[in-house]
Amino acid sequence: MYRYDEFDERFVRERVAQFRGQVERRLDGSLSEDEFKPLRLKNGLYLQLHAYMLRIAVPYGTLNSAQLRMLAHIAETYDKGYGHFTTRQNLQFNWPKLKDVPTILELLADVEMHCIQTSGNCIRNVTSDQFAGVARDEVEDPRPTAELIRQWSSLHPEFVWLPRKFKIAVTGAEHDRAAIMVHDIGLKLKRNDQGAVGYEVIVGGGLGRTPMIGKVVREFLPKDELLAYLEAVMRVYNSEGRRDNKFKARVKILVHETGEEEFRARVEEEYAKLDGPTINAPEEEVERIAAYFAAPTYEALPDVSQVLDQARAIDPELDRFVEQNSFEHKQPGYIALTIALKEIGAVPGDMSADQMRAFADIAEKYSFDEFRVTHSQNLVLPHVKKDDLPAVHAALKAAGLASANAGLITDIIACPGLDYCALATAKSIPIAQAIAKTFADQERQKAIGELPIKISGCINACGHHHVGAIGILGLEKGGRENYQITVGGDATEHAALGERLGPGIDAEDVPAAIEAIVETYLAEKQGSESFIETVRRTGPEPFKTGFTAFIESRAVESEAAE
Amino acid sequence: MTLIREDGAVEDRFTRADTIDAALAVDGPVLIPLAIADEFAKARPGAEFGVSLPGSTPIEDVKPQLGKIALVAIEFPAFADGRGFSLAKKIAREGFSGTLRASGPLIADEFADALACGFTEVELPETMANRQPVQQWLAAKDTMTEHYQSGYGRGPSILQKRLAARKGA
Repeated sequence: MYRYDEFDERFVRERVAQFRGQVERRLDGSLSEDEFKPLRLKNGLYLQLHAYMLRIAVPYGTLNSAQLRMLAHIAETYDKGYGHFTTRQNLQFNWPKLKDVPTILELLADVEMHCIQTSGNCIRNVTSDQFAGVARDEVEDPRPTAELIRQWSSLHPEFVWLPRKFKIAVTGAEHDRAAIMVHDIGLKLKRNDQGAVGYEVIVGGGLGRTPMIGKVVREFLPKDELLAYLEAVMRVYNSEGRRDNKFKARVKILVHETGEEEFRARVEEEYAKLDGPTINAPEEEVERIAAYFAAPTYEALPDVSQVLDQARAIDPELDRFVEQNSFEHKQPGYIALTIALKEIGAVPGDMSADQMRAFADIAEKYSFDEFRVTHSQNLVLPHVKKDDLPAVHAALKAAGLASANAGLITDIIACPGLDYCALATAKSIPIAQAIAKTFADQERQKAIGELPIKISGCINACGHHHVGAIGILGLEKGGRENYQITVGGDATEHAALGERLGPGIDAEDVPAAIEAIVETYLAEKQGSESFIETVRRTGPEPFKTGFTAFIESRAVESEAAE
Repeated sequence: MTLIREDGAVEDRFTRADTIDAALAVDGPVLIPLAIADEFAKARPGAEFGVSLPGSTPIEDVKPQLGKIALVAIEFPAFADGRGFSLAKKIAREGFSGTLRASGPLIADEFADALACGFTEVELPETMANRQPVQQWLAAKDTMTEHYQSGYGRGPSILQKRLAARKGA
């Protein structure tokens, strides 16, 4: 993984000192509260419902064990003993004190971490495929691109006061695990007909209150032109994006209101005026960054591990875990392993300091000292020897991290919701917990198969409900929490927004409603179709019918109770 | 109003005038709205003047004036409105060699960015200058010594410095 050089090191240290100075200038009145707010947000510090929240950048979701141990130390010393992994591959602490924040930033800098631009109207932390460098369907590793963008976007002089936040995602694979169609900019590494590597550039996707699928603005951008082209897109957005209404300020609205053709023309016009070579990264610099992401020194192994096969034959739990949570590695004899932070009844994405330390040891010993954070609020050990899997499973189990439900109906994404968030209109974590309990039975989960549920506690859609195969949106209606349910959302290369099944329902009805939807799926399913494949084929109609029947049955029940 | 450049506060040589009559009544350099620039130039050929315009102004509107004027003052309606930064870049790109002024309630924390985007100076309302005196601006400008972005600021970017270091090694 990438390591800081003297420039990166000094940059992050100076940024810490800068923030410390900004806190002091707020306290002495030089900065008003209104002026300080965007400055603290640009350093990841939010004021939440009950306390401050500090969001730490995990660039493209990559971490090492020393970093995780430091996060464990911070969790114990300055927070309540746990951290929370987010849908943007970051980590949040929910209870830090303002006075401790500069010290926490110093500690983060000690392990090459920061909170730069994890919030505010600027280019946010860059996200990527959690299986980068591992996946077999990869044209090129997306992490060097993501790291280049991290550096380029850090305190960019021109683009720190954008109309609204701006999120960039990069993938290098055919199968999109980075949700590039629903980001402000999505980049897909691809080869053109001549075999040269470049990017497909997608602009104007996004979720929130006006969900939109991004538009392809450039079919093929030569790889060495990336930064100049990004500068052109950003300049058009910074100049022309709406500033009169916060809810219409994202680039997706500009693309939509300007029209795809006209927006593309404006970007190309701006791009033609730029002097590319003075902006783009030197080739040697791109190579320098890429060298950090070279594959680790794998052992030459047969693809089939007899050790693993024998262990699986006698240990059904291990067998189930490997079957569900492993991802094919391009290197024979290795796999990538998903660690679902989704124990039944737990808070999705939460990890205790003890678990962090245990997991850091496992990553150090069994995965070349590296792990990834996924946008599904899970972790990945990217390079595990199949021979080591029985030992890894045992260690994970001892730490309470061996949930064999990656991708299943209980592997739920949920935003913090009304338990933490000042914007939330409804709870989301307890809904996730209730659904997970309803479907706790392993055999039942397995029979249902892959089914990503995504829950947001308000219209801002941090839980990505629009792109959940089942999406749940919590709203407030007449003083009660009310949940709208959608099906058919998809964040992959088949990007689609979910369609609403009917009227909103009460919190206590949500698990049974999900059961009704699952029943419809199992009845409609053909062959080995997954849930989303069935919805794609049938459309939402049968699900609407099933949902309506469920609502009617609930009405009858509640009348009978009266 | 307080005018700050990278080496400290300076006197404002320009007098603001909002109408053509007021502009013609001024002795010495005058700063006028873009809309009356043609009229003023015709009435006072060769006179030194500047134009003020909002950050939302398209570059095409200001481009024809750039060869005639000594100063462009880009008005910032609020410190968090970044349009002026992009307009400054576009004006600088046209080869404008006069003074580029950022005018409005900017904060000291933006000074380095403003300079990096091509601004020469910042014109602050007195209320802002009282709360954030010149010393804070000069200190804020130097908190970050390096930048990653090539094409911004005067010195080479971090990316360029790395390259130079490797070539020298």
